[in-house]
Amino acid sequence: MPIETASGQAQCPECFADITLSTVMQNEITQCPGCGAELEIIALEPLTLALAPQEEEDWGE
Amino acid sequence: MQDRVSAAIIGASGYTGGELLRLALAHPNLEVRQVTSERLDGQFVHFTHPNLRPSTGSGRPERVEGRRRTQLKFVRAEAVEKCDLLFLGLPHGSAMARIDHLATLADRIVDLSADFRLRDAADYDTWYGKPHGNPAWLAKFVYGLPELHRHDLKTANYVSGVGCNATATTLAIWPLAAAGLIDTSRGVICEVKVGSSEGGAASNDSTHHPERSGVMRSFAPTGHRHTAEVLQALKLRNVVTDVHLSATAVDNVRGVLATAHVFVTPGTAEKDVWKAYREAYNHEPFVRIVKEKTGLYRYPEPKILSGSNYADVGFEFDPKTNRVVALCAIDNLMKGAAGTALQCANIMMGWDETLGLDFPGLHPI
Repeated sequence: MPIETASGQAQCPECFADITLSTVMQNEITQCPGCGAELEIIALEPLTLALAPQEEEDWGE
Repeated sequence: MQDRVSAAIIGASGYTGGELLRLALAHPNLEVRQVTSERLDGQFVHFTHPNLRPSTGSGRPERVEGRRRTQLKFVRAEAVEKCDLLFLGLPHGSAMARIDHLATLADRIVDLSADFRLRDAADYDTWYGKPHGNPAWLAKFVYGLPELHRHDLKTANYVSGVGCNATATTLAIWPLAAAGLIDTSRGVICEVKVGSSEGGAASNDSTHHPERSGVMRSFAPTGHRHTAEVLQALKLRNVVTDVHLSATAVDNVRGVLATAHVFVTPGTAEKDVWKAYREAYNHEPFVRIVKEKTGLYRYPEPKILSGSNYADVGFEFDPKTNRVVALCAIDNLMKGAAGTALQCANIMMGWDETLGLDFPGLHPI
């Protein structure tokens, strides 16, 4: 059974940029080219992104 | 549109004049014929601006051309001959006294000083402490910030410089003003952290290295002159509010970081703020939105902009208080002075406005 993929545009949930995605799979991790947020493909139809869990950094706070 | 024009810099011994000369010498369409300094008349330019020292050796034609240019000597201002484009790097107050004569030397002038930045002559009384010496000329100049005045710059013959701290502050908050998001009842508070080159090439006791090194010195907690330029910019969008600007000198040579606190109208969401910044800057060649979730510099950082004409802007939004912390980093000598001046000259001459300004900065530095 072929793996389902999708292409198209989706919005970054962090910076609201429109991101063009090509042949992505469910649960694939991608990165917003604008803000650098790590994003997970949580749905293919329609293409939907969510913030992927990310390790917090301590910037000396 | 002329492809190659002659240029001169009157007042080229200071930091902004030197920076402008650095850019102009590398510009494909400019031929710098004369640079002036009364004090340094007859001396080679490169002893004052050693980064412009001529190369030795090579007989390759392009190297010879470069060497000839950097073997310029300072001349007195009275020796300046007619040219196509005149840049003024004179101390504040000097250009306004001489503009009638200077305008006979060139059809187009870019003045880096504060003398023609403000449209309302009364603002010079308020912010510079004395009346403007030649108010009839104010209306002839276009304020030289392309992000706000590009349309007018295309047909201008006279362009003013910009204040470095004003540039950083204005670019930080401009998207919010343009989008009508500022709660004008609250005022805008902006702190600018600045490098020592803002103080100019002249020294005094307080700039002596043992005194200046390592400082975080409040030098203009209130009343900074560049506030007038920010207020003037906001009026372009009919935004009338108080602007509270404070400046702190830090231990860098170049760089400005503006941190502005702007309260936005209730109901504003982060998405609206993003939209405002994108609408303002998505088509700007020298403004980048920096608000990143990863990477080494996640907010605007002046350090990596040294020598470049970029302005990096960013923000953080606190929905609990409707406060936007708007940030802008620039090199004060570049986007805050000489770089923007050359960008304006490019626009004024009908050239690609990025010509001669594509240096991206250094990393690491």
